[in-house]
Amino acid sequence: MIQNIFHRHRQAGALWVQCAKCHELIYQREFDDNLKTCPRCNHHARLSARERIASLLDEDTWQEEDEELRPADPLGFISLGEQYADKLNEAQQKTGLSEAALSGTGEIDSLAVRLVVLEFGFMGGSMASVVGEKVARAAEHSAGDRRPLIMISASGGARMQEGIYSLMQMAKTSAALAKLGAARVPSFSVLTDPTTGGVTASFASLADVIVAEAGALIGFAGPRVIEQTTKQKLPPDAQRPEFLLKHGMIDAIVHRRELKSALAKALRLYAGGPFASTTPASLTPAPKRSKAIASTNGAGSGAQQG
Amino acid sequence: MSVDAWEIVQRARDPNRPYLLDYIGIVFSDFVELHGDRQFGDDAAIVGGLASLDGRTVATIGHQKGRTTNDRLQRRFGMARPEGYRKALRIMQMAEKFGFPIITFIDTPGADPSLEAEQRGQAWAIAENLAAMVMLAVPTLAVVIGEGGSGGALAIGVADRLLMMENATYSVVSPEGCASILWNDAALAPQAAMAMKITAPHLVEAGVADGIIPEPEGGAQTDYALAGTAIRDALATNLAELDLQFGMGADLDTNALVAARFEKYRRIGVVAATPSPLVGEGRGGR
Repeated sequence: MIQNIFHRHRQAGALWVQCAKCHELIYQREFDDNLKTCPRCNHHARLSARERIASLLDEDTWQEEDEELRPADPLGFISLGEQYADKLNEAQQKTGLSEAALSGTGEIDSLAVRLVVLEFGFMGGSMASVVGEKVARAAEHSAGDRRPLIMISASGGARMQEGIYSLMQMAKTSAALAKLGAARVPSFSVLTDPTTGGVTASFASLADVIVAEAGALIGFAGPRVIEQTTKQKLPPDAQRPEFLLKHGMIDAIVHRRELKSALAKALRLYAGGPFASTTPASLTPAPKRSKAIASTNGAGSGAQQG
Repeated sequence: MSVDAWEIVQRARDPNRPYLLDYIGIVFSDFVELHGDRQFGDDAAIVGGLASLDGRTVATIGHQKGRTTNDRLQRRFGMARPEGYRKALRIMQMAEKFGFPIITFIDTPGADPSLEAEQRGQAWAIAENLAAMVMLAVPTLAVVIGEGGSGGALAIGVADRLLMMENATYSVVSPEGCASILWNDAALAPQAAMAMKITAPHLVEAGVADGIIPEPEGGAQTDYALAGTAIRDALATNLAELDLQFGMGADLDTNALVAARFEKYRRIGVVAATPSPLVGEGRGGR
């Protein structure tokens, strides 16, 4: 079941969890069953990339792609504090991922899809060479096999330690999305808390359908930068989903509990068009059993996939 | 010519440095400015229009920082809003329709960080420009004449050829921003400027820039005409090379042009092979 992965994350003996927003004490099992959203105030706690995948895909359908891609240190970034290589290593140990994105295929309500999921826990979900490459490849794979592409973002933007290479990933991913669009393969963008900077200003804004998870902070500039630059206090709803919906930037605000069914409904409609893949997921070979989901409780142990 | 990166940042930001409107009269003849995005407004931080380069009609678009205090405020120091990027895109798409090459000039601290910009979809405007510029079926050239500030620069900077002025910079984040985020101290900006490798030779080395335009001794601010002439010569040379490579006018091979541009951006990035030197057995017994 979807919830198993959440339950497995629970520390032994931790029966209650406190909501970070309303401070209510929530029974841990209820919190997990609710996909880490508060049943009282609807606050959405952040999900890891693996939890996100488990929350969306049909059981045992996840198959990771391009998992061999690893970060380098192209600038030989001279840091005054911690070195880039050590930061990467620390993030890898902490998340059990090799980079800030996971990509692969799976099924949602038996519909074949491809997912790219950013991991905020890995250096703030920042985009550098590997994240850009994974997004670009995912778009290219989807242009080839016509699986709709679902991109789930949680990112502070472009990663400073890879400098101009990071900035150029915005152009690279945007170009790949443009090509996917030209191939008439549908793309979906799910903006989660937080999505800002170079990720919002590239692939995350270029999907056919864009939805925001309830309560998420989404924008180009961070709220602190805006307040410091303009010397004005931002209204409380600024850069929140209601604000984006009002200003015409997103199609819908979705509660995490409803995300899978909302995506499935949209996927079915796109599948009803003349350019949809002629091969339903049920006729494609069954993907091999996913190790990724089975090993989620290894997060923090530094276990690597592949 | 080993000048400190921070010194280059100072030169790129020199208030006496020529801005877009100073160069336009030197590089082009018969400039006609066009205004407005046809949706919301006209952003003075972006100037665009049609002009003639050696008798050939081109579209030219760029950031304009402003010279007087009032002008600077009007133009927000070259920090564009969504309507500025949408004006740029409108002019580019019009140029594509008529087969005019597109020449952009980059000189911005970054895209405007404001509530108004967020309300009108700053991130959306930038992303749409990136996706559209890759696909434009006319030759495109971009010149960083001063500060190439992050996404706000890239939003008009996707091109077949990117040229850097000798004292220009191009970076993912301002040195101050990098220093305050990484080291909690904006005063360490000089170190950040060095670490991020934001000067012209580094950009060429990274395969992001295709050439460096020399500046007069002491920098472009000492001789606008000389600096402008160097830009004009570089543009003419690069455009002629693109003409030779892809054909021109009715003979332009737009598919090959767009494919080459796409490939240029597709290749940028450095990815290590598995097993990573950072994970597993490769690194000091970790």
